[in-house]
Amino acid sequence: MGVRLLGIIGLVGVAAATAFGLFVVPADLNQGDAQRIMYPHVASAWLAYGSFGVTALASIGYLWKRDLRLDAIAVAGAEIGVIFTAFAIWGGMMWGRPVWGVFWQWEDPRLTTTALLLALYVGYLLFRRLTDDPARRAARAAVVGIVAAVDIPIVHFSVEWWRGLHQGPTIGSPDRVLNPSAPGQFIIALVGMVAAFTLVWLYLMIRRYQLARIEWQIEEHGRLGRISAARRKASVPTGGQPEGAR
Amino acid sequence: MTALRADAAVAWAIARKDALAELRGRQAVGSTLFFAGLVLLLFGFALGPDSRRLTEAAPGLLWLAIVFGGLLTVARLHQLEADDGALEELARYPVARRAIYLGKALAGLGAMLVLGGLLLPVVAILYGIDLAGAWLPLIATLVLGAIGFAAVGTFYAGVTVRMRAREVMLPLLMLPVIAPLLLAAVKATTAALGGDPFGELGSWLQLLAGFDVVMLVAGAATYGYLLEE
Repeated sequence: MGVRLLGIIGLVGVAAATAFGLFVVPADLNQGDAQRIMYPHVASAWLAYGSFGVTALASIGYLWKRDLRLDAIAVAGAEIGVIFTAFAIWGGMMWGRPVWGVFWQWEDPRLTTTALLLALYVGYLLFRRLTDDPARRAARAAVVGIVAAVDIPIVHFSVEWWRGLHQGPTIGSPDRVLNPSAPGQFIIALVGMVAAFTLVWLYLMIRRYQLARIEWQIEEHGRLGRISAARRKASVPTGGQPEGAR
Repeated sequence: MTALRADAAVAWAIARKDALAELRGRQAVGSTLFFAGLVLLLFGFALGPDSRRLTEAAPGLLWLAIVFGGLLTVARLHQLEADDGALEELARYPVARRAIYLGKALAGLGAMLVLGGLLLPVVAILYGIDLAGAWLPLIATLVLGAIGFAAVGTFYAGVTVRMRAREVMLPLLMLPVIAPLLLAAVKATTAALGGDPFGELGSWLQLLAGFDVVMLVAGAATYGYLLEE
């Protein structure tokens, strides 16, 4: 019940923050209405990074404690993180088209880094899907998750350099928002959106964690079912028809 | 200190075994070498026949060919081991797991150096590049890039070796991780070939070296978990 309430509060919060960001806060002087995309964009990007941080910590924790619950937290972080990353990239592209004139700006290190992050964790999730045994999957996924996390700072640093050694500063920075008529409102809109997104994030994390535990039960059930079926088959020497085609 | 020496001896023995198997016809490197050369030829079709464009793109194409060929190489080096059940035997030896990792990585490094060293003149011939005068920085870039690739590739080959769909999973997991390596190696190669007018070669080589160290340490620390059942 508590979890559902959390989800409802989060959803209402997102709706309220969206209404505030769209209709109450005045438009940015330089970027116009496009700047409003920043509120959900920044909120989802932060939470995406946070999710991957959770995955990295849970992965280390799993290798240390060997507790499958930590593995469930790791998978929740990766999956929710991928969704928030994709949303952040999508929002950034929608913002980039009117402000920069292009959907994809190769000179923006954060965009390129985030795209690689998405690739890293989509790979992580696919890897999990293709490994069957829960304990083996958990250990290997933990190792993959740790190495991916180790790679992130290098990716960020190299992409930053890649641009920095050649080009001048980036054309526009989404962090600078100007409108002297209501200087404080933009911060309220951003903080409100981040808070609301965090509640939704927490709700999704808890639900995904619960789902992971249900998935084990099903896996375990299926395995036990196969074992007992094999036993039945072995113990009853039947002369009749086999139960099903292999 | 003695532990370190023991690790080095184990790693060397494993790398030597792989090299011997290769020389005796296991063909992990030979066939991939041909494949990488073919990739270079196809890049020519994709971007040519304007030879200036090919010359400009040459560093990037060279490293993409090394990456594609290298993916097959590190996969095969592990596959040969797993097919014969030798990896399980290897895991049972009472030696440090990191030494096994370092040995496989050393073998991978040797294969990558052969691959890169042979692709470099092919690129020079196909795309009309003058290598003279850039030998030293080119070799440094190649060695540092090969170390990083072998470090990452050995780790991910170990991750995927017993999986179904490993042919897809290895590049899928590995390519995003080596993005910084690709980027730095291409930049360093471009700088080396152009005479380094902006004095940036050193920075890119440092980035490569940093990547190598971080990935070798991460691989050595975590490879043992991949061998457990």
